[in-house]
Amino acid sequence: MELLLHQVMAGLATGAIYACMALAVVMIYQAIDHLNFAQGEMAMFSTFIAWQLIAWGQPYWLAFILSVAISFVGGVLIERVLFRPLHKAPILSNLVGFIALFSILNSGAGYIWDFTIKTFPTPFGHKGLFGGTLIDTHEAGMIGVTLGMLGLLYLFFRGTRLGLAMRAAAANPESARLVGIRVGWMTALGWGMAAAIGAVAGMLIAPVVFLEPNMMLGVLLYGFAGAVLGGLTSPAGAVAGGFAVGVIENVAGTFIPYFGRELKLTIALVLIVAVLMVRPSGLFGRREVSRV
Amino acid sequence: MTAQPEETVAVPASLPALRRYPALQHAILAGAIVIAVILPFLTKSFIIFQLTQVMIYGLAILGLNLLTGFNGQFSLGHSAFYGFGAYTAAILMHNYDVPYYLTLPAAGGVCFVIGFLFGLPALRLQNLYLALATFALAIAMPQILKFHPLEAWTGGVQGLVVDQPDPPSFLPIDTDRWLYYFTLMVVLIMFAGAWSLVHSRTGRAIMAIRDHPIAASAMGINASLYKSLTFGVSALYTGVAGALGALVVAFVAPDSFSFLLSVSLLVGLVIGGVGSIPGCLFGGVFVLFGPNIAEFVATRLFGAIERFSGGLIALQVSDSRAIGLAGAVYGVILLLVIFVMPAGAAGFVRLVVGRLSRSRQARTNG
Repeated sequence: MELLLHQVMAGLATGAIYACMALAVVMIYQAIDHLNFAQGEMAMFSTFIAWQLIAWGQPYWLAFILSVAISFVGGVLIERVLFRPLHKAPILSNLVGFIALFSILNSGAGYIWDFTIKTFPTPFGHKGLFGGTLIDTHEAGMIGVTLGMLGLLYLFFRGTRLGLAMRAAAANPESARLVGIRVGWMTALGWGMAAAIGAVAGMLIAPVVFLEPNMMLGVLLYGFAGAVLGGLTSPAGAVAGGFAVGVIENVAGTFIPYFGRELKLTIALVLIVAVLMVRPSGLFGRREVSRV
Repeated sequence: MTAQPEETVAVPASLPALRRYPALQHAILAGAIVIAVILPFLTKSFIIFQLTQVMIYGLAILGLNLLTGFNGQFSLGHSAFYGFGAYTAAILMHNYDVPYYLTLPAAGGVCFVIGFLFGLPALRLQNLYLALATFALAIAMPQILKFHPLEAWTGGVQGLVVDQPDPPSFLPIDTDRWLYYFTLMVVLIMFAGAWSLVHSRTGRAIMAIRDHPIAASAMGINASLYKSLTFGVSALYTGVAGALGALVVAFVAPDSFSFLLSVSLLVGLVIGGVGSIPGCLFGGVFVLFGPNIAEFVATRLFGAIERFSGGLIALQVSDSRAIGLAGAVYGVILLLVIFVMPAGAAGFVRLVVGRLSRSRQARTNG
């Protein structure tokens, strides 16, 4: 029981990261109906920017805020420069665009900061929370930041005019345009926010998995699994899905001999395929209906 | 809101200029085969090895093209099918002493079954969902191959060494050249098979599903069956390529079949031309030499900038980071291709030939 509880808590902590990635994936999916396969690499690049700022002697929180801001601008730029022209292009062109972005960011980071593994600081420390051994302060911090971010997003989308405009642009672009919403810029804003959320996720997980260009590949897969499980149309669902995936990963890793430990990524594969087969809209998403 | 089915892939119209002269088409094909047969006597072993690899990648890309270019389904997981094919061949030869030429049908069969089974859920997974599921397959593949309980067969992290076949005793050629001819033969047969498949009644059904799934079902095409079958055939092609790859490289290891291989195949597909059969071979050329070209471009370009700036801008191209730089340039090349020649090399050739023949027509008419 003690072990199970431990694993569940550890799962919630890693799940927080998957939840962040899932949230970022859902943001872009809402905006342009595409899955961003370069999401993980964008987050990794943002984390490297923060690392560089810290290496230049900036305090952690300044580097954190600057990196999130730079990522936001970067995300908007990527949408404006790269994906805006592909708006009406076939799906394959978009897919290749994402793969190209993946390659550029992954290799670019390797070129600028080389491929050696780096440590990344955590502002929360690694002491046991409340002196206990169940969960350490960094893990608690990850969960707290994720939930806080979800709360902010909820307030933004429900309580501000801009949030309303973004929801309108995603739900019904034509009508939104007719009432004077600049749909193109709303999409770009969605990209920027996704990039910023990804940056936070990257900076939270870097102290755990260490910083290197390939650090986000597995994390992104789990993020996708979380987003699919929770529903690609529901940000809150994606966060719940991310936490669930984290718990499933840890519990399966401990209690299923061989399979759980060595085939962790396969668990994500099975989860994705199973959810897509049984309930393609996810647990909390709405079903897509189209008239023919 | 009526749903116009979203365009999955942009397939250029076929080349009218060549269509009008079938004799020319046959002459080009025959010429290419003659050159391919003579070539090994004119070049070094290493170049022959590279040419063999080009053909193998071309075959793998053809598999992906049947799925994406002709049926409109996406896969980021063809590295896994390539890996399944390679491992099937390696395990059969290494553990059970099966002759090498029998491993190819075995690899194809295994991959067909796996692909067909993976294609079954694909019926419910449209477009991006399928890309996602196959993405997960590609990422999970190296772990599956390293899986501890399977180590007796797969060799675990170390992989397996494959004995290269000896050329038949009546032929006075070395192993590299024999593998070249063996691959050439297999590739020719498989390309011919793909060509007839695409130009058959079945092929038209497959393409109808790509162009308008709803209209295709309304015409009585069993979309589910054809989609799963196409997935199976596509996996079969890529699996046979994987088996050939295992023979030629003489070694298989889990990390050779990572997501990056899927990316390379997709890149080859896009650069060669989506929905073009000969374009696949050009795609194979790019898969093999693309990274080298990218590295060359990167070092030259950045070296020039450094010299031009009089050493003010130090871009550090000389050290090991050049590999990273090459990958980035690779990405930029990809972007250029989808923006500048969206139909790939084959489409580019069609465009040029089309323009030329049209301008000639204009002259004769005027």
